[in-house]
Amino acid sequence: MAQQAPAKEPTVEQIAEQKIYKQFGVSDSEFELICGFLGRQPNYTEIGVFSVMWSEHCAYKNSKPLLRRFPTSGPRVLMGPGEGAGIVDIGDKQAVVFKIESHNHPSAVEPYQGAATGVGGIVRDIFSMGSRPIALLNSLRFGKLESDRVKYLFEHVVSGIAGYGNCIGIPTVAGEVMFDEAYEGNPLVNAMCVGLIDHDKIQRGVAKGVGNPVFYVGPATGRDGIHGATFASEDLTAESEAKRSAVQVGDPFMEKLVMEATLELIDSGIVLGIQDMGAAGLTCSSAEMASKAGNGMELYLDEVPQREEGMTAYEMMLSESQERMLFVTEPQHEAQAKAIFERWGLHCAKVGKVTDDGRLRLFHKGEQVADMPVKALVDDCPVYNKPSKVPDYYLKNGSIDTNRYEQMLDLTDSLKKVLGSPSLASKEWVYSQYDYQVRTSTAVVPGSDAAVVAIRGTRKALAMTTDCNGRYVYLDPEVGGRIAVAEAARNIVCSGGEPLAITDNLNFGSPEKPEVFWQMEKSVDGMAEACRFLETPVIGGNVSLYNENAKGAIYPTPVVGMVGLITDIDHITTQEFKAEGDVIFLLGETKAEIGGSEFQYAVHGLTEGRPPVIDLAVEKALHGAVLGAIRQGLVASAHDLSEGGLAAAVAESTFGRGLGAKVDFTTNLRPDLALFSESQSRILLSAKPESAAALEAWLSEQGVPAQKLGVVGGDELVIAVNGHTAIQAPVNEFRTEWKEAIPCRMK
Amino acid sequence: MKFAVIVFPGSNCDLDMYNAVVDVLGEDVDYVWHTATDLSAYDGILVPGGFSYGDYLRCGAIAQLAPVMTEVRKAADEGKFVLGVCNGFQVLTEAGLLPGALIRNNSLKFRCHPVGLRVENANTAFTGDYEQGEVVTIPIAHGEGNYYCDEETLASLKANGQIVFTYDGLNPNGSVGNIAGISNEAGNVVGMMPHPERAVSELLGSADGAKMFTSVLNAWRERNGAASTR
Repeated sequence: MAQQAPAKEPTVEQIAEQKIYKQFGVSDSEFELICGFLGRQPNYTEIGVFSVMWSEHCAYKNSKPLLRRFPTSGPRVLMGPGEGAGIVDIGDKQAVVFKIESHNHPSAVEPYQGAATGVGGIVRDIFSMGSRPIALLNSLRFGKLESDRVKYLFEHVVSGIAGYGNCIGIPTVAGEVMFDEAYEGNPLVNAMCVGLIDHDKIQRGVAKGVGNPVFYVGPATGRDGIHGATFASEDLTAESEAKRSAVQVGDPFMEKLVMEATLELIDSGIVLGIQDMGAAGLTCSSAEMASKAGNGMELYLDEVPQREEGMTAYEMMLSESQERMLFVTEPQHEAQAKAIFERWGLHCAKVGKVTDDGRLRLFHKGEQVADMPVKALVDDCPVYNKPSKVPDYYLKNGSIDTNRYEQMLDLTDSLKKVLGSPSLASKEWVYSQYDYQVRTSTAVVPGSDAAVVAIRGTRKALAMTTDCNGRYVYLDPEVGGRIAVAEAARNIVCSGGEPLAITDNLNFGSPEKPEVFWQMEKSVDGMAEACRFLETPVIGGNVSLYNENAKGAIYPTPVVGMVGLITDIDHITTQEFKAEGDVIFLLGETKAEIGGSEFQYAVHGLTEGRPPVIDLAVEKALHGAVLGAIRQGLVASAHDLSEGGLAAAVAESTFGRGLGAKVDFTTNLRPDLALFSESQSRILLSAKPESAAALEAWLSEQGVPAQKLGVVGGDELVIAVNGHTAIQAPVNEFRTEWKEAIPCRMK
Repeated sequence: MKFAVIVFPGSNCDLDMYNAVVDVLGEDVDYVWHTATDLSAYDGILVPGGFSYGDYLRCGAIAQLAPVMTEVRKAADEGKFVLGVCNGFQVLTEAGLLPGALIRNNSLKFRCHPVGLRVENANTAFTGDYEQGEVVTIPIAHGEGNYYCDEETLASLKANGQIVFTYDGLNPNGSVGNIAGISNEAGNVVGMMPHPERAVSELLGSADGAKMFTSVLNAWRERNGAASTR
């Protein structure tokens, strides 16, 4: 076979003898396998292509056995995992398309571009399905908001998300941001995109029809992002900074043009298959499209638009230059396709052909420079069942009594501390940098339990949220996994929606460590169980491993992105109290559960013990009752109880309109534990006085425990426990702590 | 009345502007591509927000060179009604249809939130349905909305009643004289940073922007002798 011989590229012999493949994360045994599939030793281009296709990022080689445990089908699921994004039916021949994806490693070394291109990548996943993106969400984790480095990462990640999302004109409507030492040096940047599609427009990434031409559209390929997928599959080390070249550079203006042109192309009906060039660029898109059709593909690399001179086949195949798409059409439609792209000022190049031999062949400068079986690239990466071990910390935490702390007496002060903790504090500093209203469909803006986006021309709306409490998952991965799904669903229900399905982003440390693998296994089990129980299948997602540095692994953080359907915009519900005199109810049972709570962290400076327990049957009954009450028009406001417990939930409900509240909680628990416990399956409702009796009757009929707590009114927040005032101050005092916590630290 | 919504590469509020015309007025409206060379069929020209040409070089600097802008200038000269919102305002100042310039917010950050706006001149084509001095709530979403002009220009804006909207309360971007929107001397061309097309329904949080659209329809009807709906 002909060899390309640029000065610096190692030869076939050097790759094998000097084990150069190891630099790309390919193990000795994997190298042997590759030689077997090829029937010879690979050249530099081929080992490069194999290494990215066989990286954790593309092949899920360490997580596949776990992902199989998720329920992925359901009566509404039109497309599950495997394509660019999953699709769920929402009636009227419409469907919702969504997916979440991480850009953790790039954001750790180049926060602005890392975050920006994370947004760009997930948006392409959505529109390459033929779907119009209508909303963006994100889930972010940073170290404690104290050091200059953390502030730098936080500031630039947020501005990268804003810079990209605002420019392409997709509203960023919701998200979550948490701060904890566990993420110091390993920030998490997960971006989610939601799109709308008509059933008959759904596209697949398949290279159909032997002999059909393959087209490349988007900006020219450069040397940026080479080996990004491999980079994302390693621990971060001191040398990671030197791998800055593995971080891509985004151009949202280009993406906007590619998006509009692609949607127009798909609308014209001439596309047979289309896929974006995301992780592993041209390599992954060409191999996957050929694989899904059971075909092969030839690529003529001289035809690939190139931004830099003298690019090698290796560099072109591994580049992760952004905003590029690959599609297949029939030869007679070439002119029509080109005309559409030209109208948008884009160049579309014929770079290949669909073949019937099941091989990916690359040609460059008149020679064949690589020849690999597609199946080996896409399907035959070895899957590892890693050893799993219960960590010592987990066993130790089992015997910690989280009720042993000295009783806090000044609970007004405790509430201020909890509200002023950056994880719980107002995120206005973040979301006011995002255009959350473009497309004029955002009915509930950032800051409530879930965002709500109305669907024009219908009475329907979509509720959406991202959730995960990494502390709970750390303290008990299985319970934490269940709670992540349940809390997301509770947020959807509080907004008036019926939970439909989830996309997940599994962020963990190194799977080579048995303790980390145990966390992965247990949290997946917990999530899978909750998904089955709450009938919210997993329709797609992403895995990000090796989120570790010299100090250790992050908290296991399996982020849940959930979308729910609001059948009538009249059911849209928000968390803030609406009017003087409205009656406040607490639904659910409160136990002394402080393990992993914000109170434990912000007031006692600890994260230990076991997280709150959760009974999925109780959770599901609660959802049914609340959604039923909302649909009957009995609910004025609804707010999920989560971080900060009852005290924080009541306080947050007063902030929206500055309406105070006077409540009295009857309990047999110690006041500080009662008010800050994070017991699950609880929701705070308010109702107009004339609806209160009907609401109470309905809840009792549904078997949901409800306690009438008090009434909305005045400009003070007063919380009593068993008749004794425990917390009292003007709403404004609490609101200032909550609102100023982040801006103060970022000045 | 027939409206044109100008679409540059990178415009992204074109859809919202289009829908606002449909929802508030039910009048005819077309998207008009940046390469168009004839706007004679249109009575109202709407230049929407977004990031035309990626806002590369300078906001609006490349858009003002697009072929359609020759026609927009002509329409403005003929006295047709022209509204530029956000990026559209930037384009109109770059094109010289409105005085001054929009520079980076003094916070150096993009800002998106509702603002209070005081109607300083209820006599322009786009503000006739508001009360003079009325305060309305309309959202902003911009990184470069800090209106700047020299003192001489400011004095003439004031003298001619060309200041259409000012920020009531907090000035979100540091603009000269708290200016949020201005008009040309004739009052038929208006540019503003806040987005009235995002405030046309209670579902979106405010319907205070709807009067921008009803005002121009009434102005057009008055000019053309048709029965006013006011």
